[in-house]
Amino acid sequence: MLTLLIFFPLLAAIVAAFSGKSAGKIALVFGIAEFAISIWMLLSFNPNGGMQFGQDFWWIKNLGISYKVGLDGISLLMVLLTTFLVPLIILSSFGREYKNPALFYSLILIMQFALVGVFSALDGFLFYVFWELALIPIYLICLLWGGKNSLRITLKFFIYTLTGSLLMLVALIWLWQQTPGTHTFDIAAFYNLQLTASQQGFVFWAFFLAFAIKMPVFPFHTWQPDTYVDSPTPGTMLLSGIMLKMGVYGVIRWLLPIAPAGIEEWGFTAIVLSVIGIIYASCIAIVQKDFKRLIAYSSIAHVGLISAGVFSLTFQGIQGGVLQMISHGINVVGLFFIAELISRRTHTNEMNELGGIRIHAPQFATYFIIILLASIALPLTNGFVGEFLLLNGVFQYNSTLAAIAGLSIILAAVYSLRAFQKISLGEANNRTIKFPELTLQEKCVLVPLIIMIFWIGIFPDTLLSIAGPSVEALQHSITRSADMTMIKN
Amino acid sequence: MKTLVILCSIGLLGLFSEIFNFKKYFIGIVFLGLAASIFFLIGDWNMNQPYFNNMILLDNYALSFTALLIALTIVWFILAPTYVEDNSHKIDIYSLIIFSLIGGMMMVSYSNLIMLFLGLEILSISMYILAGSKKDSLASNEAALKYFLMGAFATCFLLFGIALIYGHTKSFDMATIANAVSGSTGTEPMLVAGVLIVMFAMLFKVSAAPFHFWAPDVYQGSPTIVTAYMSTVVKTAAFAALLRMFITLFGNLEEVWSASLWIIAAATILIGNITAVFQTNMKRMLAYSSISHAGYMLLAVLAMNQSSAGSLLFYTIAYSVSSIGSFTILLLVNKTLGNDSIDSFNGLARKNPLLAVFTVIAMLSLAGIPPTAGFFAKYYIFSAAIQNQLTGLVIIAVCGSLIGVFYYFKIIIALFKDTETVLIPMNGREKTVLISTSIIALVLGILPGLIAGLI
Repeated sequence: MLTLLIFFPLLAAIVAAFSGKSAGKIALVFGIAEFAISIWMLLSFNPNGGMQFGQDFWWIKNLGISYKVGLDGISLLMVLLTTFLVPLIILSSFGREYKNPALFYSLILIMQFALVGVFSALDGFLFYVFWELALIPIYLICLLWGGKNSLRITLKFFIYTLTGSLLMLVALIWLWQQTPGTHTFDIAAFYNLQLTASQQGFVFWAFFLAFAIKMPVFPFHTWQPDTYVDSPTPGTMLLSGIMLKMGVYGVIRWLLPIAPAGIEEWGFTAIVLSVIGIIYASCIAIVQKDFKRLIAYSSIAHVGLISAGVFSLTFQGIQGGVLQMISHGINVVGLFFIAELISRRTHTNEMNELGGIRIHAPQFATYFIIILLASIALPLTNGFVGEFLLLNGVFQYNSTLAAIAGLSIILAAVYSLRAFQKISLGEANNRTIKFPELTLQEKCVLVPLIIMIFWIGIFPDTLLSIAGPSVEALQHSITRSADMTMIKN
Repeated sequence: MKTLVILCSIGLLGLFSEIFNFKKYFIGIVFLGLAASIFFLIGDWNMNQPYFNNMILLDNYALSFTALLIALTIVWFILAPTYVEDNSHKIDIYSLIIFSLIGGMMMVSYSNLIMLFLGLEILSISMYILAGSKKDSLASNEAALKYFLMGAFATCFLLFGIALIYGHTKSFDMATIANAVSGSTGTEPMLVAGVLIVMFAMLFKVSAAPFHFWAPDVYQGSPTIVTAYMSTVVKTAAFAALLRMFITLFGNLEEVWSASLWIIAAATILIGNITAVFQTNMKRMLAYSSISHAGYMLLAVLAMNQSSAGSLLFYTIAYSVSSIGSFTILLLVNKTLGNDSIDSFNGLARKNPLLAVFTVIAMLSLAGIPPTAGFFAKYYIFSAAIQNQLTGLVIIAVCGSLIGVFYYFKIIIALFKDTETVLIPMNGREKTVLISTSIIALVLGILPGLIAGLI
């Protein structure tokens, strides 16, 4: 069933590629069907059952590469996030004409194929292939439908991320080399490796660079704001909503259990970098004039907090990281959709040229403020639960760092509310005087997002109970292999 | 052995076709002959048969590389009728190609150093003539002269090195030499000098830095269709010969040559890739990219383990397939637009979507991005090298591949630019070549196991 879930979007992409003008609707139908499959899997999922829906057969036998997939609580939630957001992203793009729609929607679906693959791969090589595969459709989307500077910006993006992933490949081959007997890429074999502390240091850096570039963590973030601003909005949503979660997921699934001693040694550096990123990005966000760019920087800040929490290696930190990945995915897609709606209606994202939208479009302003408040992490919204757990995790690790990271909530309130003020309040000018109210189609995108914001905010246990046992198992395996390293040294 | 006989007879037949006036049928005969030789190769599989008093040994290594060379030649002959411009000497050119194929086959299957020398000479002399086959072009004449002078020099080196090795081991036969070398301490001056000189001569042929200066000029000056042959068949043969020699003979002299080869590989990768970035001419860019690929292939030689041969075979297949693909695209573009510059690709995707797809696949494969054959090729080579503790060199190679992405993507980006453009007509032959190379590049990228376990 998992294989069906992985390859279904590929089939959909092929169908969409040959369906001409109606590709968008077909893609939407397939996207909803994919979501239905994943819901069905959720219903048959047992949180305490470890890896489920597993499948394992040889792909390239003489190199020990197998097609091994499976889901635990963490990856199931990531898959659900993907299948939930992709149909919304497709729906959100209906309001704007994209040239060559067949190619456009089929690339989005290929992207979904690769993302679901990344989240369910349990073989190092398979993971790498899906990871790389995700890069090509998003590169083409940004290149072909991006703004004027897309050539330069997307090439920078591509080379940046490829650098990281090739380093990861070197590390994966190196790990493969260490597995006993006939070498294998099986993740279970990687978990059982007994590496010395210095070897783990090498593995840590190779993986960390790959994941840090993807997330992105300061100082590897320079590709991100330009790419986000220049890409077509569906591309930005895919990048920020789902793709950067690949980085965090990679840390949780691959980096933590394989190189716990590496994290013991270097985790502090990683957390400090993340915290610097939080403050730095928040401060830059405050002075932004362009709304889309503001969201891009706020996204760096949020991801910095996630990564700090995850590297703290505490139960709350990792648990919060998983939850916050979901919440951030939902919120950032919502925010980018709002930005897209503003630019569709007024042809600008410059906040100084906007204002007074609330007067003519009160509904729009209401949705806008709800999503903003969720991203500031107000209680009862999804952002609150995640950030609370994350800060709790960082606090257990180091209280000073937690205090600094906690500033992010205040700073987030500053730049978000300032943006809302400039865009929605005040006097309407001639750009915003005729701001049309939301259409039904646009509400169809926003309402599910709002429902999820409150659902997670009020009943976070529904998600936490899925992820909890898996996080515990993960933490158990981390401490176990850390002990083994200690004995060995 | 039947293969060699068949190939020789086709070559000779070509020379007589003028007299007996059957020029029209010659190309048909070539296809039949090449197909038959592949058929006979399959019959020799797993036989490990020595021929001609131990002059050549048809082991699986030799057979698989010969099959690759013949397959590439078949592809070349599909394109040739459209692009070999010199009508009055068409058949001569075909015969020369066949002769160089014979040379290539000897180079991959020799078990006596004299055969290596003979094969290399047969291959090179044909190539000297072919490089200058566009007689009225100054660049083509320059290419031929340059290639000849530099090539002759390198051949002298090879002969000199072989003589020195003979001086130490008293034999040209590979098995005997291997025996003599296995007892060596790595300090005998004659042997050490011989090994290094032979190595440099072979590195010249594969255009590794710092012996690469001839390559860009020769590649650019020669007619493109000849360049396509040079950068695939000739390169594959030279690499297979190099690896065959090092694996069978000099495995336990590793400390003598590995340090210099390490530096040469790193330099080749970096120089090839960095210089390619600045090229504005596609043909010259492909020349530098072929230099950089030579650097990656040297990793297989340095790895020196049982996966070296397999990974080199995979790499040469992947590289040749995408290389032939990109040369075909270049030929097509040049035929319609009349120049080789990267700018001539601007905006082609709009009116030629199919051509754009082929170009993207070829470039992704050359850059080594999944799911294309080029990715697995690099992967195999890198993992073979890591097994031999060459992590540092692999990291340099990874950086090289990143630079590679930059210039291969220049072509892809050019394709999708928003400029006015023309329709590029494709005939059936070109389509056949492009479709088959693209399919091979994708199939090997998804199911690399088809080739990987072969040798």
